Amino acid sequence: MAAGVAAWLPFARAAAIGWMPVANCPMPVAPRDHGKRQDELIILNVSGRRFQTWRTTLDRYPDTLLGSSEKEFFYNEETKEYFFDRDPDAFRSILNFYRTGKLHYPRHECISAYDEELAFFGIIPEIIGDCCYEEYKDRKRENAERLMDDQEENKDNKLPNMNFRETMWRAFENPHTSTMALVFYYVTGFFIAISVITNVVETVPCGSTPNQKDVPCGERYTVAFFCMDTACVMIFTVEYLMRLFAAPSRYRFMRSVMSIIDVVAILPYYIGLVMTNNEDVSGAFVTLRVFRVFRIFKFSRHSQGLRILGYTLKSCASELGFLLFSLTMAIIIFATVMFYAEKGSSSSKFTSIPASFWYTIVTMTTLGYGDMVPKTIAGKIFGSICSLSGVLVIALPVPVIVSNFSRIYHQNQRADKRRAQKKARLARIRVVKTGMSSAFLHNKRNGLFNELLELPCSEEVEQHLSKTASLLESQHHHLLHCLEKTTAHEFVDEQLYEQNCREGAVQSYPSCSPSLSSQEGPTGTCCTHQARKNPLPDASVPPTCQGALQELSAVHIQCSDQPALSTSRSSLNMKLDDTSRLNCKSGLITTAIISIPTPPAVSPEGDSQPLTSPSMQTIASSNAVKVSTL
Amino acid sequence: MNLEGLEMIAVLVVVVLFVKVLEQFGLLEASYDDSVEDELELSAVRHRPEGLEQLEAQTRFTRKELQVLYRGFKNECPSGVVNEDTFKDIYSQFFPQGDASTYAHFLFNAFDTDHNGSVSFEDFVMGLSILLRGSVQEKLNWAFNLYDINKDGYITKEEMLDIMKAIYDMMGKCTYPILKEEAPRQHVEIFFQKMDKNKDGVVTIDEFIDCCQNDENIMRSMQLFENVI
Repeated sequence: MAAGVAAWLPFARAAAIGWMPVANCPMPVAPRDHGKRQDELIILNVSGRRFQTWRTTLDRYPDTLLGSSEKEFFYNEETKEYFFDRDPDAFRSILNFYRTGKLHYPRHECISAYDEELAFFGIIPEIIGDCCYEEYKDRKRENAERLMDDQEENKDNKLPNMNFRETMWRAFENPHTSTMALVFYYVTGFFIAISVITNVVETVPCGSTPNQKDVPCGERYTVAFFCMDTACVMIFTVEYLMRLFAAPSRYRFMRSVMSIIDVVAILPYYIGLVMTNNEDVSGAFVTLRVFRVFRIFKFSRHSQGLRILGYTLKSCASELGFLLFSLTMAIIIFATVMFYAEKGSSSSKFTSIPASFWYTIVTMTTLGYGDMVPKTIAGKIFGSICSLSGVLVIALPVPVIVSNFSRIYHQNQRADKRRAQKKARLARIRVVKTGMSSAFLHNKRNGLFNELLELPCSEEVEQHLSKTASLLESQHHHLLHCLEKTTAHEFVDEQLYEQNCREGAVQSYPSCSPSLSSQEGPTGTCCTHQARKNPLPDASVPPTCQGALQELSAVHIQCSDQPALSTSRSSLNMKLDDTSRLNCKSGLITTAIISIPTPPAVSPEGDSQPLTSPSMQTIASSNAVKVSTL
Repeated sequence: MNLEGLEMIAVLVVVVLFVKVLEQFGLLEASYDDSVEDELELSAVRHRPEGLEQLEAQTRFTRKELQVLYRGFKNECPSGVVNEDTFKDIYSQFFPQGDASTYAHFLFNAFDTDHNGSVSFEDFVMGLSILLRGSVQEKLNWAFNLYDINKDGYITKEEMLDIMKAIYDMMGKCTYPILKEEAPRQHVEIFFQKMDKNKDGVVTIDEFIDCCQNDENIMRSMQLFENVI
């Protein structure tokens, strides 16, 4: 029910007394208004700005947040007010909706922000008043178009499985996707240019032969021009056939404008080939050559400006139609008047009304060739009116076309700009994301390091750590850690992962053969492992490294008095390296290796047997694989 | 067309253009009648009610109740008066299934006690005061006034039929059982049988009040809307 009408309900109910004497049956019991309270002011505190209104104002719309009991969730007992942590500027229009019954859309507000506010307060946007509804819908449509544009960009990304045909089509449509496509694009562009220039130069008179007349170049160097033409047409034919082959929907492709232009560009040549011998139709043959100029339209694939122009003309079809119609009307009127005005004068060029058309057109477009001029006074008066009105009639629809073109052009510009900015934006976003994950890994290593070493001064370090990581961060890290424990896998950063994948690939070749050869001492291998980050072809090194890990860390402590976090971190990093390497190709557990201080099931003496597997299996997950068979 | 005719036309055109140019320079006064006066009419209607104390004295509402009533009234009708169309609009919103305009018309006439075509806040509040805080006698009086369309003191069958049709119109089409054509007429017959004691075809105010006071149902239903405000 509308706002004010709710205020009139008491009146309507009172007026129902008028039905009582007429009624034959007893009336139902009226609902009792329990807890009927006096109308009170309630305070709505929206981000510090206090709004006050009557309770009944808000009760007008019981299916919104403020009108229902949902607002009790936001009630603040101490200050006795309702607190909302939202934008106070947008709240103004929402509260006005309750007061006046009309929802307005403030023009300076961002459309998605406003939509969110409406959704939060439970108001459907369809009740925006007529005064603002159109603006709202326009902005919403613009926004949707922009989002769609962004989505279309993503479609350009290479899909994983595209067969040859699809790749070719994509190459044709977007030349920037691959070098081949770019080459093809430029080659076709070059040949279009050559073809057009050939057509033009063909008709230039060149050279003086012993005859008197200048012959056009086309007739002088017939063979050369013919060869050039043939080459161009062959290229165009091949291109057309390739496009036809690659098109996802051949029928639709054949109906498209560009394909028709392609066909019209090459057809004259073939028709000419067929018809050269017949003299009668050579006239028609000459006419056909005119169609060769349509090759210039093939440039529209290469030029976006041309495409915009064509699109503008198409979208302004009605304005252009109106222009044409009004011009025709004016021409006929003025031609008739001029004809009759000039009828009397002798040697008048205005021999008929159609003959006067030429004068009218030339005058209305302010060309004024001067080959036909009125001689009588009446003719001159009407002629001047004609030229003035011509200016007006042509000037009227032109701004509409111009504004359309401007809008489309700017839209395109915006799309290009967004595409250019997108890469930078995505890169920056990725940096932030990796920052987050690297913070987690960083914290993890610190934590693990501390666990391992059981530093006596752990509180200091912990304090140091806690200063750097806020409560939110530490809770987030704890969550990720729990996930790791659940799945018994670890997080690593991208480079390590890729490296491991490569190494894993290397190692997968000798998968069947338990490569237990070249077994060095555990510490030795680990140290060498530490020294150079080369992948060891040994699968059994890692198990030994597990045991050696603790030793290594012990070694580290002894070596360096100051646990330079960086170096130890790097060593742990490498351990992660090994373990995560295993993660890549097999389902081995590796977390357990570090954090669970089990006595090394593998003696550090280089036990190269796959004894680790049983012990591993105790802490293994379901997809444990024998270490040695990596 | 001969040459002279065309020359005449040309001269005419030139003269018209010349006059237009002069008008532009303000040397010739254009003689249209402006529509400036129309603007004044629209802003005329603004009504302020009497003071709060006077209304308090005249009606049986408390000060707070009058305040609440006025706020609601003014919100919907900022100009201070309700004209018949707005009244019909508002009343129709409560009965979306049927057509409440006829009944709203009668109701409007009942509220518009001074018959000036608009219901001001005083009329509104007086009417409400009778309906909600008045004695049974006053309420019955008001109802009689509503039914008596031409205010001659008698309710004829035709008047009653009009009122009844208006009430049934508010029900709309989708009722159960299906509304028959003669339903209003039958209802009027029942009413007249009950009310018209001397069977003279009209119901006077005394007959009406007497009959209503003897009817249990009606008396009870009169108290129904006591606590609306």
